[in-house]
Amino acid sequence: MTTTETTLAREGLSRRGFLQRSAGGFAAAIAITSTGALLNASEAWALDVKGLKPETMKTLILVARDIYPHDKIADRYYAIAMKGYDEKAAGNPQTKAEIEAFVAALDGAAGEGGYVGRPWEADRVAILKNQSADPMFETIRSGLIASLYNQKEIWPIFGYEGEAFSKGGYIHRGFDDITWL
Amino acid sequence: MAAKFDQNDDSVVVIVGSGAGGGTLSNELAQKGVKVVVLEAGKRIEYEDFINDEWDSFGQLAWKDMRTTSGDWRVHKDFPNLPAWIVKAVGGTSIHWAGASLRLQEREFKDASTYGRVPGANLLDWPLTLAELEPYYAKAEDKMGVTRTNDIPGLPGNNNFKVFKAGADKLGYKECHTGRMAINSVERDGRNACQQTGFCFQGCKWGAKWSTLYTEIPKGEATGNLEVRPESHVAQIEHDSSGKVTGVTYFDADGRLQRQKARIVAVAGNSLESPRLLLNSASSKFPDGLANSSGQVGRNYMRHTTGSVYAIFEQPVHMYRGTTMAGIMRDEARNDPSRGFVGGYELETLSLGLPFMAAFLNPGAWGREFTTAIDGYSNMAGMWIVGEDMPQETNRVTLSDQKDKWALPVANVHFDDHPNDIAMRNHAFGQGKAMYEAVGATRVFPTPPYPSTHNLGTNRMSANARDGVVNGHGQSHDIKNLFVSDGSQFTTGGAENPTLTIVTLAIRQADYIAEQMKSNSI
Repeated sequence: MTTTETTLAREGLSRRGFLQRSAGGFAAAIAITSTGALLNASEAWALDVKGLKPETMKTLILVARDIYPHDKIADRYYAIAMKGYDEKAAGNPQTKAEIEAFVAALDGAAGEGGYVGRPWEADRVAILKNQSADPMFETIRSGLIASLYNQKEIWPIFGYEGEAFSKGGYIHRGFDDITWL
Repeated sequence: MAAKFDQNDDSVVVIVGSGAGGGTLSNELAQKGVKVVVLEAGKRIEYEDFINDEWDSFGQLAWKDMRTTSGDWRVHKDFPNLPAWIVKAVGGTSIHWAGASLRLQEREFKDASTYGRVPGANLLDWPLTLAELEPYYAKAEDKMGVTRTNDIPGLPGNNNFKVFKAGADKLGYKECHTGRMAINSVERDGRNACQQTGFCFQGCKWGAKWSTLYTEIPKGEATGNLEVRPESHVAQIEHDSSGKVTGVTYFDADGRLQRQKARIVAVAGNSLESPRLLLNSASSKFPDGLANSSGQVGRNYMRHTTGSVYAIFEQPVHMYRGTTMAGIMRDEARNDPSRGFVGGYELETLSLGLPFMAAFLNPGAWGREFTTAIDGYSNMAGMWIVGEDMPQETNRVTLSDQKDKWALPVANVHFDDHPNDIAMRNHAFGQGKAMYEAVGATRVFPTPPYPSTHNLGTNRMSANARDGVVNGHGQSHDIKNLFVSDGSQFTTGGAENPTLTIVTLAIRQADYIAEQMKSNSI
């Protein structure tokens, strides 16, 4: 396996690099296969969905991005952050019902085409704000603090270097290298 | 060679907790030939095993056992079961602390006299003066290797400090430097010099920052007079019919209830666990808990008027590189009521890694106002406010309805900000913002207090038994052979990080305990 494949496998995603990127935003970027997996062709990953409806998992990924939108962060990191809900739903019917009900409420508020069918972030955020008193919203939001921001793969995108002891700290690596003051 | 004492040996001093207070007291007594058993609730994790990763380290070190909260402080809303960010391990919170080692100011021992009546505040003068503590402060600074004392050079300033210092200079502040830190700037006492690694809060993997884990405790063990028992959670302090304490019961690593007899018991479990233990030790003779004839056990909880200021600049800072608390500005630590509050505050640089910045910058926030701040992480600088908060009788640790895994009631921590605390915090937010804007910040954030690291005052010292729990030696007013040896002794909090004073009091207390034992007074 390539490094990317190894990383994807560890994160519970698999590499599917055989489709071309399609136009049309998030709704089109993640396809749902006949076997119920989510497929993101442009980012070359797939996620098997076992506990939730595939459409629900797709919506949760967009909800995650709308809660903590980082334009430099690819969908796959939001997918990794949210896949735990599919695992929880697979093992717990009540959790599954709560998540499906939350997403159904979002879809209901969004109207035809559902939440992922609303093309503009501002409109979706307005829907989320209206649903933010739902305990499931707070569960998802607070869960993202660790499940999104504790992914080591995204730290370099924010300029955070993580573990430093094995590199001898920063005493010879720029702890005082500021030049613009 | 570490000692091993019989559980029926009633000649030992039992110390509950191994942090800055308990760990120091244990070594000081062991050096004097006193036999000591330290009971520590947490595991023994040596410094090589600390983790340079915020969440993993939190999982390894933090006290995560159930606690509950109430009151108007935001911690109650955002972190209802995490009132404090402190450590459950041998070495206690001396593993996590940042290292800032400042003496209390002379007037801070005399708040009631200095400030006069402050409505709602339960102010009291300490039964101690700075002059009485100075020789012990000197011993503590030498023991801990505090920079800018004992001819130890200051640490070099990192990027976060350079931004902070430039802002302080622009505002005309005079006393701003890289601090008095119990972090080796040069090799000392067999320990490494600081390698500017960051992750000070996650335990220093170089052993450069002073912690009882790898200084006091092994030194005490080397005398043959000290036994440390990790994973020993003390349940109750026991007493005889005369009211003298006779030992403690504790749950061992396997959950079995054990008993250790003792000549003296010293409680050093921090300002949440120490009052909890005294309250959980209530008996028919002491129905309100041990040492509680004043009713002050658990009251007057203080946590410092904290808060942080983070700012984003046009150019990179990389604040996380190097010492976490890399510098201090002390000009606002004076008492100047013309600012709209009594007491003062210090500003100290601080940084968080990306994961904890996401958790603490503005807990509960979401959307682009939040994420654009995180997007600016590499260009961010940060500082922390440490100010004197007002002791209030109603800010207190009580026994919760909830129980822990041994069916012992857990601590509930109630805290409401005093108007003086709020006025001080707002002033500090304003000055911090001005410092950063003076050097070109494009956006500044007032960050609310984190779960408390400076937990103080819940078994306070007092001259009169009716006003507090312990005397000037940390000896309980009610029971002569029961001592308190942690920050819960503080009568008031001062504006300074408390660890140096906790260590200082422990050194002084050890002298007193040894004398009292020698004269058979206890």
